[in-house]
Amino acid sequence: MDHHNDTHATEGTGRPIRFRVFRYKQGDRAPYFDEFTLEVAEETTVLDALTSIRNRLDPTLILRSSCFHASCGTCGMRVNDREVMACVTKVIDLKSSVVKVEPIANQALVADLVTDMVDFYAKFNAIGLALVRDSDWLPDAAEPAGIDSYNRFENCIECGLCLSACPIVASDPRYLGPAALAAAWRAVEEPRELDPEAVLRLTDDPQGSWRCHVAFECSEACPSNVDPAGKIMLLRRRQAAERLRSIFGGRHG
Amino acid sequence: MSEQSVERTAVERGAEGASTRRRGVIGWVDPRGRRLGGWAFILNRLTGLGILLYLSFHLVVLSLLARGPSAWDGFVSVAMSPVFLFFDVVLIFGLLAHGLNGIRVTLVGFGLVVDRQKAMFAALMVLGAIALIIAAIRIFEVG
Repeated sequence: MDHHNDTHATEGTGRPIRFRVFRYKQGDRAPYFDEFTLEVAEETTVLDALTSIRNRLDPTLILRSSCFHASCGTCGMRVNDREVMACVTKVIDLKSSVVKVEPIANQALVADLVTDMVDFYAKFNAIGLALVRDSDWLPDAAEPAGIDSYNRFENCIECGLCLSACPIVASDPRYLGPAALAAAWRAVEEPRELDPEAVLRLTDDPQGSWRCHVAFECSEACPSNVDPAGKIMLLRRRQAAERLRSIFGGRHG
Repeated sequence: MSEQSVERTAVERGAEGASTRRRGVIGWVDPRGRRLGGWAFILNRLTGLGILLYLSFHLVVLSLLARGPSAWDGFVSVAMSPVFLFFDVVLIFGLLAHGLNGIRVTLVGFGLVVDRQKAMFAALMVLGAIALIIAAIRIFEVG
Protein backbone atom coordinates (compact mmCIF):
# COMPACT_ATOMS: atom_id res chain seq x y z
CA MET A 1 0.00 0.00 0.00
CA ASP A 2 2.98 2.30 0.11
CA HIS A 3 3.52 2.21 -3.62
CA HIS A 4 1.79 5.50 -4.12
CA ASN A 5 3.66 7.55 -6.65
CA ASP A 6 4.03 11.04 -5.32
CA THR A 7 5.57 12.61 -8.35
CA HIS A 8 2.42 13.53 -10.28
CA ALA A 9 2.57 16.94 -11.82
CA THR A 10 -0.01 18.99 -10.02
CA GLU A 11 0.97 22.61 -10.49
CA GLY A 12 -1.22 24.19 -13.09
CA THR A 13 -3.01 20.97 -14.03
CA GLY A 14 -4.28 19.95 -10.59
CA ARG A 15 -8.01 20.16 -9.92
CA PRO A 16 -9.42 20.37 -6.42
CA ILE A 17 -11.83 17.52 -5.77
CA ARG A 18 -13.86 17.02 -2.61
CA PHE A 19 -13.89 13.37 -1.54
CA ARG A 20 -16.76 12.34 0.71
CA VAL A 21 -15.50 9.11 2.21
CA PHE A 22 -17.64 6.61 4.08
CA ARG A 23 -16.28 5.91 7.54
CA TYR A 24 -17.14 3.21 10.01
CA LYS A 25 -15.15 1.39 12.64
CA GLN A 26 -16.28 -1.58 14.70
CA GLY A 27 -17.95 -0.16 17.79
CA ASP A 28 -19.10 3.09 16.11
CA ARG A 29 -22.76 3.80 16.69
CA ALA A 30 -23.31 4.65 13.03
CA PRO A 31 -21.30 5.24 9.87
CA TYR A 32 -20.57 8.79 8.74
CA PHE A 33 -18.80 10.62 5.94
CA ASP A 34 -15.50 12.46 6.15
CA GLU A 35 -14.57 15.09 3.60
CA PHE A 36 -11.10 15.52 2.19
CA THR A 37 -10.11 17.94 -0.51
CA LEU A 38 -7.31 16.91 -2.85
CA GLU A 39 -5.84 18.26 -6.00
CA VAL A 40 -5.83 15.52 -8.58
CA ALA A 41 -3.96 15.19 -11.83
CA GLU A 42 -5.29 13.88 -15.13
CA GLU A 43 -4.17 10.31 -14.42
CA THR A 44 -5.09 10.13 -10.71
CA THR A 45 -7.32 7.15 -9.96
CA VAL A 46 -9.80 6.95 -7.09
CA LEU A 47 -7.46 4.43 -5.47
CA ASP A 48 -4.52 6.87 -5.86
CA ALA A 49 -6.58 9.58 -4.19
CA LEU A 50 -7.68 7.35 -1.31
CA THR A 51 -4.14 6.11 -0.78
CA SER A 52 -2.96 9.69 -0.72
CA ILE A 53 -5.65 10.59 1.80
CA ARG A 54 -4.50 7.74 3.98
CA ASN A 55 -0.81 8.56 3.62
CA ARG A 56 -1.09 12.30 4.14
CA LEU A 57 -4.34 13.21 5.83
CA ASP A 58 -5.74 10.34 7.81
CA PRO A 59 -3.75 7.19 8.51
CA THR A 60 -6.84 5.57 10.05
CA LEU A 61 -8.62 5.26 6.69
CA ILE A 62 -9.00 1.55 5.98
CA LEU A 63 -9.12 0.33 2.41
CA ARG A 64 -8.04 -2.76 0.54
CA SER A 65 -6.16 -3.06 -2.72
CA SER A 66 -3.55 -5.20 -4.31
CA CYS A 67 -2.94 -5.43 -8.05
CA PHE A 68 -3.74 -1.91 -9.35
CA HIS A 69 -5.11 -3.27 -12.66
CA ALA A 70 -8.63 -4.58 -11.97
CA SER A 71 -7.45 -8.14 -11.72
CA CYS A 72 -7.45 -8.99 -8.02
CA GLY A 73 -10.93 -7.68 -7.23
CA THR A 74 -10.09 -6.24 -3.84
CA CYS A 75 -10.69 -2.50 -4.38
CA GLY A 76 -14.32 -2.73 -5.55
CA MET A 77 -16.29 0.25 -4.20
CA ARG A 78 -19.32 2.42 -4.81
CA VAL A 79 -18.12 5.69 -6.25
CA ASN A 80 -20.78 8.33 -6.90
CA ASP A 81 -23.43 5.61 -6.53
CA ARG A 82 -21.89 3.27 -9.10
CA GLU A 83 -19.90 0.10 -8.52
CA VAL A 84 -16.34 0.41 -9.81
CA MET A 85 -12.82 -0.87 -9.30
CA ALA A 86 -11.12 2.10 -7.65
CA CYS A 87 -7.77 1.24 -9.22
CA VAL A 88 -8.91 1.77 -12.81
CA THR A 89 -11.35 4.63 -12.26
CA LYS A 90 -9.82 8.02 -13.01
CA VAL A 91 -11.15 10.80 -10.84
CA ILE A 92 -11.32 13.20 -13.79
CA ASP A 93 -13.51 10.76 -15.73
CA LEU A 94 -16.17 11.00 -13.00
CA LYS A 95 -16.77 14.58 -14.19
CA SER A 96 -17.72 15.75 -10.73
CA SER A 97 -16.05 18.07 -8.23
CA VAL A 98 -17.49 15.96 -5.41
CA VAL A 99 -16.65 12.28 -5.30
CA LYS A 100 -18.59 10.09 -2.89
CA VAL A 101 -16.80 6.88 -1.96
CA GLU A 102 -18.57 4.04 -0.16
CA PRO A 103 -17.86 0.35 0.38
CA ILE A 104 -19.82 -2.08 -1.79
CA ALA A 105 -23.41 -2.40 -0.58
CA ASN A 106 -25.34 -5.43 0.66
CA GLN A 107 -22.30 -6.99 2.32
CA ALA A 108 -21.19 -7.01 5.93
CA LEU A 109 -18.89 -4.17 6.78
CA VAL A 110 -15.49 -4.65 8.38
CA ALA A 111 -14.34 -1.02 8.56
CA ASP A 112 -14.47 2.08 6.36
CA LEU A 113 -14.25 0.85 2.76
CA VAL A 114 -13.58 -2.79 3.53
CA THR A 115 -16.37 -5.38 3.48
CA ASP A 116 -16.40 -8.97 4.67
CA MET A 117 -16.37 -11.36 1.70
CA VAL A 118 -17.48 -14.35 3.77
CA ASP A 119 -21.06 -14.20 2.46
CA PHE A 120 -19.81 -13.92 -1.13
CA TYR A 121 -17.87 -17.16 -0.83
CA ALA A 122 -20.58 -18.87 1.22
CA LYS A 123 -22.90 -18.56 -1.80
CA PHE A 124 -20.39 -20.45 -3.94
CA ASN A 125 -20.09 -23.17 -1.33
CA ALA A 126 -23.89 -23.41 -1.04
CA ILE A 127 -24.11 -24.83 -4.56
CA GLY A 128 -21.08 -27.05 -4.24
CA LEU A 129 -18.62 -24.90 -6.16
CA ALA A 130 -15.07 -24.92 -4.91
CA LEU A 131 -13.18 -21.68 -5.35
CA VAL A 132 -10.18 -23.38 -6.88
CA ARG A 133 -11.02 -26.46 -8.88
CA ASP A 134 -8.57 -29.33 -8.92
CA SER A 135 -7.91 -29.17 -12.63
CA ASP A 136 -7.07 -25.48 -12.34
CA TRP A 137 -3.75 -26.44 -10.87
CA LEU A 138 -3.15 -29.97 -12.17
CA PRO A 139 -0.33 -29.54 -14.67
CA ASP A 140 -1.47 -32.56 -16.68
CA ALA A 141 -5.13 -31.48 -16.86
CA ALA A 142 -6.68 -32.24 -20.22
CA GLU A 143 -7.77 -29.48 -22.55
CA PRO A 144 -11.51 -28.88 -22.22
CA ALA A 145 -13.52 -30.65 -24.90
CA GLY A 146 -16.80 -29.56 -26.46
CA ILE A 147 -16.45 -25.86 -25.65
CA ASP A 148 -18.04 -23.63 -28.26
CA SER A 149 -16.23 -20.47 -27.39
CA TYR A 150 -14.19 -19.02 -24.59
CA ASN A 151 -16.12 -16.30 -22.87
CA ARG A 152 -14.72 -14.23 -20.08
CA PHE A 153 -17.00 -15.66 -17.41
CA GLU A 154 -14.17 -17.74 -15.98
CA ASN A 155 -12.70 -14.35 -15.24
CA CYS A 156 -14.80 -13.54 -12.21
CA ILE A 157 -12.38 -11.63 -9.99
CA GLU A 158 -14.60 -12.07 -6.91
CA CYS A 159 -14.87 -8.34 -6.27
CA GLY A 160 -18.53 -8.42 -5.17
CA LEU A 161 -19.56 -5.44 -7.32
CA CYS A 162 -22.44 -7.47 -8.82
CA LEU A 163 -23.86 -8.18 -5.36
CA SER A 164 -23.62 -4.50 -4.53
CA ALA A 165 -25.45 -3.44 -7.70
CA CYS A 166 -28.23 -6.08 -7.61
CA PRO A 167 -31.59 -4.76 -6.34
CA ILE A 168 -32.68 -8.23 -5.27
CA VAL A 169 -29.56 -8.94 -3.21
CA ALA A 170 -30.35 -5.60 -1.56
CA SER A 171 -33.51 -6.99 0.01
CA ASP A 172 -33.02 -10.74 0.11
CA PRO A 173 -30.01 -12.27 1.90
CA ARG A 174 -31.10 -15.77 0.85
CA TYR A 175 -30.75 -15.11 -2.89
CA LEU A 176 -27.70 -16.92 -4.28
CA GLY A 177 -26.82 -13.82 -6.24
CA PRO A 178 -25.22 -13.09 -9.61
CA ALA A 179 -21.63 -14.17 -8.86
CA ALA A 180 -22.44 -17.67 -7.65
CA LEU A 181 -25.03 -18.18 -10.41
CA ALA A 182 -22.59 -17.10 -13.12
CA ALA A 183 -20.07 -19.53 -11.64
CA ALA A 184 -22.78 -22.20 -11.66
CA TRP A 185 -23.38 -21.72 -15.38
CA ARG A 186 -19.64 -21.92 -15.92
CA ALA A 187 -19.65 -25.28 -14.13
CA VAL A 188 -22.52 -26.48 -16.33
CA GLU A 189 -20.75 -25.42 -19.51
CA GLU A 190 -17.41 -26.88 -18.54
CA PRO A 191 -17.98 -29.28 -15.64
CA ARG A 192 -14.53 -30.91 -15.48
CA GLU A 193 -14.71 -32.83 -12.19
CA LEU A 194 -18.05 -31.31 -11.13
CA ASP A 195 -21.50 -32.82 -11.69
CA PRO A 196 -23.39 -30.33 -13.90
CA GLU A 197 -26.74 -31.97 -13.15
CA ALA A 198 -26.25 -31.36 -9.44
CA VAL A 199 -25.31 -27.72 -10.06
CA LEU A 200 -28.39 -27.28 -12.28
CA ARG A 201 -30.58 -28.88 -9.63
CA LEU A 202 -29.19 -26.76 -6.79
CA THR A 203 -29.63 -23.50 -8.69
CA ASP A 204 -33.13 -24.39 -10.03
CA ASP A 205 -34.69 -22.85 -6.97
CA PRO A 206 -36.82 -19.86 -5.97
CA GLN A 207 -33.70 -18.43 -4.31
CA GLY A 208 -31.52 -19.50 -7.23
CA SER A 209 -31.74 -18.58 -10.89
CA TRP A 210 -35.46 -17.77 -10.64
CA ARG A 211 -34.97 -15.03 -8.06
CA CYS A 212 -33.39 -12.68 -10.62
CA HIS A 213 -35.67 -9.87 -11.80
CA VAL A 214 -33.81 -8.95 -14.96
CA ALA A 215 -32.44 -5.55 -13.94
CA PHE A 216 -29.07 -6.42 -15.51
CA GLU A 217 -27.28 -4.14 -13.02
CA CYS A 218 -24.82 -6.95 -12.21
CA SER A 219 -23.69 -7.18 -15.82
CA GLU A 220 -23.36 -3.41 -15.98
CA ALA A 221 -21.27 -3.35 -12.80
CA CYS A 222 -19.02 -6.32 -13.62
CA PRO A 223 -15.48 -5.05 -14.31
CA SER A 224 -14.50 -8.32 -15.95
CA ASN A 225 -17.27 -8.82 -18.53
CA VAL A 226 -18.55 -11.95 -16.85
CA ASP A 227 -22.12 -10.87 -17.72
CA PRO A 228 -23.74 -12.61 -14.74
CA ALA A 229 -27.29 -11.68 -15.80
CA GLY A 230 -26.77 -13.25 -19.21
CA LYS A 231 -25.45 -16.40 -17.55
CA ILE A 232 -28.44 -16.56 -15.19
CA MET A 233 -30.71 -16.50 -18.25
CA LEU A 234 -28.72 -19.33 -19.84
CA LEU A 235 -29.14 -21.33 -16.61
CA ARG A 236 -32.88 -20.70 -16.71
CA ARG A 237 -33.19 -21.69 -20.35
CA ARG A 238 -31.49 -24.97 -19.56
CA GLN A 239 -33.54 -25.53 -16.41
CA ALA A 240 -36.82 -24.70 -18.16
CA ALA A 241 -35.92 -27.13 -20.95
CA GLU A 242 -35.14 -29.86 -18.41
CA ARG A 243 -38.49 -29.30 -16.73
CA LEU A 244 -40.34 -29.48 -20.02
CA ARG A 245 -38.51 -32.69 -20.83
CA SER A 246 -39.46 -34.19 -17.47
CA ILE A 247 -43.11 -33.17 -17.99
CA PHE A 248 -43.31 -34.58 -21.50
CA GLY A 249 -41.21 -37.66 -20.76
CA GLY A 250 -38.10 -36.88 -22.74
CA ARG A 251 -34.60 -38.19 -22.29
CA HIS A 252 -34.08 -36.73 -18.84
CA GLY A 253 -37.62 -37.38 -17.67
CA MET B 1 -1.23 14.85 -6.47
CA SER B 2 -1.03 17.17 -3.50
CA GLU B 3 -3.53 17.98 -0.84
CA GLN B 4 -5.19 21.32 -1.01
CA SER B 5 -6.90 21.32 2.31
CA VAL B 6 -6.16 19.25 5.35
CA GLU B 7 -9.28 19.89 7.34
CA ARG B 8 -11.29 16.89 8.23
CA THR B 9 -14.99 17.34 8.73
CA ALA B 10 -17.60 14.81 9.61
CA VAL B 11 -20.54 15.90 7.49
CA GLU B 12 -23.16 13.32 7.92
CA ARG B 13 -24.17 10.87 10.56
CA GLY B 14 -25.37 8.01 8.44
CA ALA B 15 -28.79 6.47 8.66
CA GLU B 16 -27.47 3.13 7.41
CA GLY B 17 -27.55 0.23 9.78
CA ALA B 18 -24.09 -0.19 11.19
CA SER B 19 -22.70 -3.50 10.12
CA THR B 20 -24.92 -5.19 7.51
CA ARG B 21 -25.09 -2.45 4.87
CA ARG B 22 -27.87 -4.32 3.05
CA ARG B 23 -29.78 -1.62 1.22
CA GLY B 24 -33.21 -3.19 1.62
CA VAL B 25 -36.21 -1.91 -0.32
CA ILE B 26 -34.29 1.34 -1.00
CA GLY B 27 -32.12 -0.81 -3.26
CA TRP B 28 -35.20 -1.47 -5.44
CA VAL B 29 -36.12 2.12 -6.13
CA ASP B 30 -33.01 4.28 -5.65
CA PRO B 31 -32.50 5.61 -9.19
CA ARG B 32 -28.95 6.91 -8.63
CA GLY B 33 -26.36 5.26 -10.79
CA ARG B 34 -28.90 3.07 -12.56
CA ARG B 35 -28.62 1.92 -16.17
CA LEU B 36 -31.50 1.08 -18.53
CA GLY B 37 -32.21 -2.39 -17.09
CA GLY B 38 -32.27 -0.90 -13.60
CA TRP B 39 -34.77 1.74 -14.70
CA ALA B 40 -36.91 -1.00 -16.22
CA PHE B 41 -36.78 -2.81 -12.87
CA ILE B 42 -37.83 0.32 -10.94
CA LEU B 43 -40.63 1.03 -13.41
CA ASN B 44 -41.88 -2.54 -13.12
CA ARG B 45 -41.89 -2.49 -9.31
CA LEU B 46 -43.70 0.86 -9.06
CA THR B 47 -46.28 0.14 -11.78
CA GLY B 48 -46.83 -3.31 -10.28
CA LEU B 49 -47.66 -1.79 -6.90
CA GLY B 50 -49.80 0.87 -8.61
CA ILE B 51 -51.79 -1.75 -10.50
CA LEU B 52 -52.32 -3.67 -7.27
CA LEU B 53 -53.66 -0.52 -5.63
CA TYR B 54 -55.90 0.15 -8.63
CA LEU B 55 -57.28 -3.39 -8.50
CA SER B 56 -58.36 -2.92 -4.89
CA PHE B 57 -59.98 0.40 -5.76
CA HIS B 58 -61.65 -1.17 -8.79
CA LEU B 59 -63.24 -3.90 -6.68
CA VAL B 60 -64.54 -1.34 -4.18
CA VAL B 61 -66.05 0.68 -7.04
CA LEU B 62 -67.67 -2.40 -8.54
CA SER B 63 -69.31 -3.14 -5.20
CA LEU B 64 -71.32 0.07 -5.74
CA LEU B 65 -73.34 -1.86 -8.33
CA ALA B 66 -74.82 -3.88 -5.49
CA ARG B 67 -76.13 -0.65 -3.94
CA GLY B 68 -78.45 0.17 -6.80
CA PRO B 69 -78.54 2.50 -9.84
CA SER B 70 -78.26 5.80 -7.94
CA ALA B 71 -74.97 4.86 -6.24
CA TRP B 72 -73.52 3.72 -9.56
CA ASP B 73 -74.73 6.76 -11.54
CA GLY B 74 -73.22 9.01 -8.86
CA PHE B 75 -69.85 7.37 -9.32
CA VAL B 76 -70.05 7.53 -13.12
CA SER B 77 -70.54 11.30 -13.03
CA VAL B 78 -67.38 11.61 -10.88
CA ALA B 79 -65.54 9.24 -13.21
CA MET B 80 -66.23 11.54 -16.16
CA SER B 81 -64.52 14.53 -14.53
CA PRO B 82 -61.22 15.68 -16.12
CA VAL B 83 -59.20 14.86 -13.00
CA PHE B 84 -60.55 11.32 -12.98
CA LEU B 85 -59.90 10.96 -16.71
CA PHE B 86 -56.29 12.03 -16.07
CA PHE B 87 -56.00 9.16 -13.59
CA ASP B 88 -57.35 6.86 -16.30
CA VAL B 89 -54.40 7.93 -18.45
CA VAL B 90 -52.02 7.27 -15.53
CA LEU B 91 -53.59 3.82 -15.16
CA ILE B 92 -53.10 3.06 -18.83
CA PHE B 93 -49.48 4.23 -18.53
CA GLY B 94 -48.96 1.75 -15.68
CA LEU B 95 -50.64 -1.11 -17.52
CA LEU B 96 -48.69 -0.47 -20.72
CA ALA B 97 -45.32 -0.06 -18.97
CA HIS B 98 -45.83 -3.14 -16.80
CA GLY B 99 -47.35 -5.32 -19.50
CA LEU B 100 -44.90 -4.43 -22.25
CA ASN B 101 -41.86 -4.74 -19.97
CA GLY B 102 -43.39 -8.02 -18.84
CA ILE B 103 -42.98 -9.31 -22.40
CA ARG B 104 -39.27 -8.41 -22.20
CA VAL B 105 -38.87 -9.96 -18.75
CA THR B 106 -40.57 -13.17 -19.88
CA LEU B 107 -38.55 -13.56 -23.07
CA VAL B 108 -35.22 -12.63 -21.45
CA GLY B 109 -36.13 -14.65 -18.36
CA PHE B 110 -36.27 -17.82 -20.44
CA GLY B 111 -32.93 -17.09 -22.07
CA LEU B 112 -34.28 -15.59 -25.29
CA VAL B 113 -32.89 -12.42 -26.94
CA VAL B 114 -30.85 -11.78 -23.80
CA ASP B 115 -28.20 -9.67 -25.50
CA ARG B 116 -30.86 -7.45 -27.09
CA GLN B 117 -32.70 -6.72 -23.85
CA LYS B 118 -31.94 -2.99 -23.85
CA ALA B 119 -33.06 -2.48 -27.43
CA MET B 120 -36.17 -4.54 -26.71
CA PHE B 121 -37.00 -2.37 -23.70
CA ALA B 122 -36.54 0.82 -25.72
CA ALA B 123 -38.67 -0.50 -28.59
CA LEU B 124 -41.47 -1.69 -26.30
CA MET B 125 -41.52 1.64 -24.46
CA VAL B 126 -41.75 3.57 -27.74
CA LEU B 127 -44.67 1.31 -28.67
CA GLY B 128 -46.20 1.99 -25.27
CA ALA B 129 -45.76 5.74 -25.61
CA ILE B 130 -47.58 5.72 -28.96
CA ALA B 131 -50.39 3.61 -27.51
CA LEU B 132 -50.60 5.93 -24.49
CA ILE B 133 -50.93 9.04 -26.63
CA ILE B 134 -53.69 7.45 -28.73
CA ALA B 135 -55.48 6.26 -25.57
CA ALA B 136 -55.21 9.70 -23.93
CA ILE B 137 -56.69 11.42 -26.99
CA ARG B 138 -59.56 8.92 -27.14
CA ILE B 139 -60.27 9.22 -23.41
CA PHE B 140 -60.50 13.01 -23.47
CA GLU B 141 -62.55 12.94 -26.69
CA VAL B 142 -65.16 10.80 -24.97
CA GLY B 143 -64.88 12.81 -21.75
